[in-house]
Amino acid sequence: MMAVQISSSRHPREGGDPERHTLRFRPRIPAFAGMTNVWVGLLTVLALFALAQPLAAQDMLPPAPYAYKQLADPKQEAKAQALMETLRCLKCQSQSIADSDAPMAGDMRHQVRTRIAAGEDPEAIRQWLIERYGDYVSYTPQVKPITWPLFAAPLLFLALAAFLLRGRFRRGKRA
Amino acid sequence: MIAEIGLAMLWMAAALAVLQLVAGALALRPGTAHLGGVVRPVAMLQGLLVACAFAALITLFLTTDLSVKLVAENSHSAKPFIFKLAGTWGNHEGSMLMWVTIMSLAGGFVALIEKRLREETLIATLAGQAFVSLGFYAFLLLASNPFERLAEPAPEGAGLNPLLQDIGLAFHPPTLYVGYVGLSIAFSFAVGALVTRDVGPAFARAMRPWVLGAWIFLTLGITAGSYWAYYTLGWGGWWFWDPVENASLMPWLAATALLHSCSVLAARNALRTWTVMLGVIAFSMSMVGTFLVRSGILTSVHAFAVDPTRGTFILALLAIYIGGALLLFALRAGTVTEGARFAVLSRESALVFNNVMLCGILGIVLVGTLYPLLTEAMGVKVSVGPPYFNPVSAVFAIPMMLVMAVGPVLRWREDKGGRLTWPVAIPALVSAAALLVVELLFAPINLLPALGLAIAPGLAVASLMPLRGRNLRRTPLPIYGMVVGHLGIAVALFGMASEGAFSTERLAAMNPGDSQQVGPWTVSLQAIDPVAGPNWTALEATVAVSYAGGSPTTLHPQARTFANPPGNRTESALLTRWNGQLYAVLGEEGEDGRWQMRFWWKPFVPMIWYGGALVALGGLLALLGRVARDVKRLVAIDKIAWRRERQGR
Repeated sequence: MMAVQISSSRHPREGGDPERHTLRFRPRIPAFAGMTNVWVGLLTVLALFALAQPLAAQDMLPPAPYAYKQLADPKQEAKAQALMETLRCLKCQSQSIADSDAPMAGDMRHQVRTRIAAGEDPEAIRQWLIERYGDYVSYTPQVKPITWPLFAAPLLFLALAAFLLRGRFRRGKRA
Repeated sequence: MIAEIGLAMLWMAAALAVLQLVAGALALRPGTAHLGGVVRPVAMLQGLLVACAFAALITLFLTTDLSVKLVAENSHSAKPFIFKLAGTWGNHEGSMLMWVTIMSLAGGFVALIEKRLREETLIATLAGQAFVSLGFYAFLLLASNPFERLAEPAPEGAGLNPLLQDIGLAFHPPTLYVGYVGLSIAFSFAVGALVTRDVGPAFARAMRPWVLGAWIFLTLGITAGSYWAYYTLGWGGWWFWDPVENASLMPWLAATALLHSCSVLAARNALRTWTVMLGVIAFSMSMVGTFLVRSGILTSVHAFAVDPTRGTFILALLAIYIGGALLLFALRAGTVTEGARFAVLSRESALVFNNVMLCGILGIVLVGTLYPLLTEAMGVKVSVGPPYFNPVSAVFAIPMMLVMAVGPVLRWREDKGGRLTWPVAIPALVSAAALLVVELLFAPINLLPALGLAIAPGLAVASLMPLRGRNLRRTPLPIYGMVVGHLGIAVALFGMASEGAFSTERLAAMNPGDSQQVGPWTVSLQAIDPVAGPNWTALEATVAVSYAGGSPTTLHPQARTFANPPGNRTESALLTRWNGQLYAVLGEEGEDGRWQMRFWWKPFVPMIWYGGALVALGGLLALLGRVARDVKRLVAIDKIAWRRERQGR
């Protein structure tokens, strides 16, 4: 099993990872300190990633080129920026990959920028990331049975507001 | 010794809270009404004792008494004085002690000065306050004792999270807590008024200063927190819809609604049930906020499940207080009559409309914050972020701001449309002109920022309309408060929209000597030097910046490394001009020896926080106006009583 440790924070909201050049997908989120079975399962999946990943990408290398570099075309960069702002940094607490120093966020920025530069559609990139990391990675909730209540809520509140106001004003008229 | 004295004080205060609750409850029965006399002095004494306990904890932190567990875990002898002090509340136990301290002091203060309410209602209020405090005493004494000793004193403390070693954050939690606790007083007033069936203008006037005060502090706390996140996190974002931020926003939304409905009740004796309901909701939101932040549930539902003592405790408190208050409300709401009526076109209606919209936003934030926790408990992790919150809350916020532009010029009870032509037409024209400028000169801009840029100037003009035709020297302070507060909303909105529409970002790997262009700025890296502070070392960049070819100034962004506990933090450098802010961050050194630099030019972004400060200032003016009038009234009553006494003799 992988080592789970709480290390000092490299960046305020990040779980910290001083040896990031050697192993990219090592989870160091404080929450992992208290592991339950669910986490063990999740860690196994992540461990598989960790094994499979270095072969595919340039993991032994410093931050991927487009982690801290903008695309030359301002229109494409704006598109990438808009997408990055709606993707969650998986190693941080409540930060988008556009707002994070975490190495993993840097890698994801690189992915987004290179794919945008290759002409891919932002939503297709989002779907690709969701396939890899799950719905959790997208700050835009996906419309699925599990999120229906989330989208029903505003409609419900609007209906409730209309109902309250109508009742209030009707009585007002009679007065 | 100090730790033991502190703990003893805390136990005694808890015992007094029991006495306050029991005596207060008995005093409401016909046979034992004489017990009511005890309640006021007990409430004051209780406040005093907790304050002493808190002072004891502060002393322990200032002297770095490492035999106390809390100090050893959260402080360090080499920390600067101000952070030793702030360390007292920069942790779970200390912050909860601070919470009860502020709450009991506020309760004691109510007992000391409140004279407008019927004595019976006041006693019920204080009993309610004691009931709320008691829950927190139990929580402190049973589940989070701040005075616990270590079997063997630690050789050195573990230190304070570097992120928290910031002057802004030293005062951020106390500010928010004062706000939360002020709402607990409003809650107690609502409970007291429900118990004695005494919901009316007197109740609203007694409650209003507390709501106003709480609201001012919440506004300041949120504004300061947002600025803190903006400059410490180093990526230029100012609001993340983070659950912790939402936890402070929700009470603010509820308090804003409560404040306005309180005014209606005080001035017009209308909206009685609605005001009481909002009083209950506002404090419930403070409790929900505390639960979210303090239970550990945010890190992960599973982290919560691993050590559920504290979380379960707060959850139980939440259920008891909110459930109890709602039950009381359900039982008594029928007996509270509706109050005065009003027409559709009236100031009351506008306030009701905006109250409902505020509650709509509150509902959205609540659902969006809690829903991911719910799905996580069911085994599915989802994220709800800006793409959900921004448009959905705008659905409620935009109509609200439109009504807000008109509401203050409407008359109470009933108004006629014809009178309103100019007060509506002028802001509308301003907004239309702004929209035209935005669309013609700056397109393409996203929908929400464009709407914000259009609405803000109109709203600003509209907020000044209530002063039209008034003698400015004889205008009462609360009117100025309203004008300034509404203007602040317009200013903040403009800042937010401008940031969303016009920010430019430049990421670059630079060698000393290299230059870059960020919007109208030319920035050039001149040197990177090591520097040292009291408990950190840092790399500091010297960056020369010049605006549109003007004379250069230097900025010094730093990357700080803290030793106790080890950690890093970027210290961004900001340059504020009248028309915006330049934001510079020093990143890491790359393989090729070049430095990662990040720059943003954010036109008019400081207006977000200026706006927040204006909103708080508006609240302060209103509060001063109200308090001054109350004091005058008290003095007059005293004088009359004195004269009568003299004539009688």
